[in-house]
Amino acid sequence: MSRLGTITRRSFLVASAAIAGGVAFGIYKLRQPIPNPLDPGEGSALNAFLVIDQDGVTAISGRADMGQGAQSTLAMLLAEELDVDWESVRVAHGPASVAYYNAAMMESALPGAEYNKSSWMRTVGAFVGNAGGRFLGTQITGGSTSVRDGFDKMRLAGASARETLKLAAAERLGVAADRLRTEAGAVVAPDGTRLPYAELAEAAARIEPPQTEPRPRADWRLLGKDQPRRDMAAKVTGTQAYGIDTRLPGMKFASLRMNPRLGGGLRGFDPAPALAIPGVEQVLDIDGGIAVVARNSWAAMQGAQAVDCDWGPAPYPDTTEAIFARIEAAFDDSPNSTMRDDGPEAQDGTEITAEYRLPYLAHAPLEPMNATALFEDGRLTLWSPNQAPLVQQRTAARGAGIEPEQVTVHTTAMGGGFGRRGESDYSELAARVARQMPGVPVQVIWSREEDMTHDFYRPGVIARLRGVVADGTAKQLDARIAGQGMTAQVAPRLFDIPVGGPDRALVEGLFDQPYAIPSYRVRGYTAEMDFPVSFWRSVGASHNGFIHESFIDELAHAAGRDPMEFRLDLVRPESAVAAGVLEAVRAMSDWDNARASGRALGVAMVWSFGTPVAQVIEVEDQDGAIRIARAWIACDPGIALDPLNLRAQMEGGLIFGLSAALHGQITVSDGMVEQWNFPDTDGLRISGAPRIEVQVLETNPHLGGVGEPGTPPAAPALANAIFALTGTRARELPLDRQFDFVL
Amino acid sequence: MATTLTINGSDHRIDAPDDTPLLWILRDELGMTGTKFGCGVGSCGACTVHIDGEAMRSCQVALGDVWGDVTTIEGLGTPDAMHALQAAWLRNQVAQCGYCQSGQIMQAADLLSQNPDPTDDEIDAAMSGNLCRCGTYSRIRAAIRDAATQMREEVL
Ligand code: FES
Ligand code: FES
Repeated sequence: MSRLGTITRRSFLVASAAIAGGVAFGIYKLRQPIPNPLDPGEGSALNAFLVIDQDGVTAISGRADMGQGAQSTLAMLLAEELDVDWESVRVAHGPASVAYYNAAMMESALPGAEYNKSSWMRTVGAFVGNAGGRFLGTQITGGSTSVRDGFDKMRLAGASARETLKLAAAERLGVAADRLRTEAGAVVAPDGTRLPYAELAEAAARIEPPQTEPRPRADWRLLGKDQPRRDMAAKVTGTQAYGIDTRLPGMKFASLRMNPRLGGGLRGFDPAPALAIPGVEQVLDIDGGIAVVARNSWAAMQGAQAVDCDWGPAPYPDTTEAIFARIEAAFDDSPNSTMRDDGPEAQDGTEITAEYRLPYLAHAPLEPMNATALFEDGRLTLWSPNQAPLVQQRTAARGAGIEPEQVTVHTTAMGGGFGRRGESDYSELAARVARQMPGVPVQVIWSREEDMTHDFYRPGVIARLRGVVADGTAKQLDARIAGQGMTAQVAPRLFDIPVGGPDRALVEGLFDQPYAIPSYRVRGYTAEMDFPVSFWRSVGASHNGFIHESFIDELAHAAGRDPMEFRLDLVRPESAVAAGVLEAVRAMSDWDNARASGRALGVAMVWSFGTPVAQVIEVEDQDGAIRIARAWIACDPGIALDPLNLRAQMEGGLIFGLSAALHGQITVSDGMVEQWNFPDTDGLRISGAPRIEVQVLETNPHLGGVGEPGTPPAAPALANAIFALTGTRARELPLDRQFDFVL
Repeated sequence: MATTLTINGSDHRIDAPDDTPLLWILRDELGMTGTKFGCGVGSCGACTVHIDGEAMRSCQVALGDVWGDVTTIEGLGTPDAMHALQAAWLRNQVAQCGYCQSGQIMQAADLLSQNPDPTDDEIDAAMSGNLCRCGTYSRIRAAIRDAATQMREEVL
């Protein structure tokens, strides 16, 4: 075995000791170092997070890029410690490996509100996160956790590699390591001799890496300052390869059509009409649907449409009304969770009740679902834009009828994810196609229609709220929410583990908000149904943010108070950090100065994924239609590590939330989803997008996420502004069914 | 029946059915993947290319109907020699997932060729056929204004 072969099997330093961070693991398996999965070819992998070769340093990200920019931030954390020029750093996605487990993701799935977790809860959480993450192999990009998870890992990896390179240089030069320094990708000796890392890497890979503390914030030169994203040049020149851009010699294109009654079977089909289309080569039975293989995607899509299919029935109620009746019936059962239960049930004052209904939603990333697969000699190679490589490996293996170890996953860039690419159906289906054409690479590409009608949707929900106000403040908030339990569906589907018990996803964003309301109760009721649901950018907070913050607004108006002041009075005693973001948008939007008639403001604040975000939206009346004129966002993620990207995520999160609030809905008729393409459920366009200002605060003592927290406040801030403008309270979405907009 | 197209200044002989949309000729027959597929029905703009300098949705133009020279994002500029709009996109750090941006930039190039100094309302009107699911609209506006300024200065 070559030296490199041995080196790549060395245990990597980071997860084996530093990440344990003082938590005493009592379980033997967790003490075992995880092997370094990198095989860098010509280069040297000093640990699982970087490769150094003749061209310089490549940061290896365990997380995928779906637009959120986490790869760039992770690389920046590494580069900060490693002393390399930012412009010279390359970024690559690591292989499918448990080495890239996401401890922060597991940790955030635990019960409890983020904003007031005690330090012992955080310690236990970190332990469970590390232990659970390693056992389950949660190499997942999601939950706004990439940077929270990587904050220590990447800096320690960089620091340790830097010190190892210094040791190698010390040996070479015969100089004590503590007399050497590093800069711009080289070790520098006291006499000015520069040894580039590339020249030292191989020797360094043979040295036992020392443990080093990361640098204090005061010494940062990259972090905390606007840095260009490393992927930007490729993305503006059409040279970034997404999954859909995978091109292999001899590759065929296939498109599929699955039962539009989701999860229903395929009783039979007639391939003849498809085979008559020029360019169509074969029609395959892929269990529950068909795939048409052709010379190009167009012929494949035309062919898939043409196949005459006899579909089985839907395994769920076959209209939206019947689905919502099932959700409504869940209120009659005992609650699945009571995650907040503060104070006595009875309060004196004015009682307000309301019911909110929110629709199912599609993810609709702009790059439609696709995966490319090659089945050869009993092994499958998969090129997949995805958020969870180990899940892809497992499900693709199932599709190909082989073992997960026989599947190699290449994680490509994603043209958006929003949670959709945490699922793995598209790769399992691609594997079913590939196994029927051994030796031939095949790209399985979905039409937009197939994508939109075969999603795992954001669940529709019904919420029933009761509040009591007296003396200008809220005395009680009692919220009951019913919907499909996401966790109960997702956990068995993706991890082969049954998860029962309280479903946090259904109630997050509702039970965990920092309001000091003396009687405060949140109960979740789960409706069992096989309509496919999954995580959608900001998960439970995507609906609960709207419900909670709209109802708080109702309480404020019932109490005769200004909605901003009403909130601040309730939030200040509970969380100075959350009050801070409200104060910030109050100032930014000039809230206290009344608007001219025909203009109005709405505010909302939601704490999700570790970050409180407040938004104010200004709407204006234009000849009886509503125009969304401006938006102000303040957030507090603790440290603005990558401020330029952070602001982009806050804006993008807002736009994503507004898109859903205005237009988003998935309805069902005859068992089939009725929205097929963007004209049926559109996203916000540039002409409807407000002018946005973002302010980032840094008072939060804990690092928060950035990819999702911008989404939840958008819909309620808009609906609250519309109420202020029109006097009409929106208790259902989408808003375009109830109001006219200038978009 | 073979068709000959001029794409980014080079001639390509294409042997595919006449009704195949230009999008798939570019992506699948010629392997030019910079032009993206988003909806296939003309409603997202991800597939925007120029035909004789005019922005068109390539998913809506059949091979047999292509009436002029085609320019794609690859022909507008390259990482080493960017078009002024691409450079402005880079300066303003517009892209998130980036998937819509080929189409956005091609659409913006058409706008600036007709209107070298567009107002925000004119930008919004010209760009509203291009969907960005990541919500990069503020930076798109900023980048177009930035590029317009640069391009006007170059002309002077
Ligand atoms: S793919 Fe052509 S407009 Fe969407
Ligand atoms: S940058 Fe992702 S769709 Fe526009």
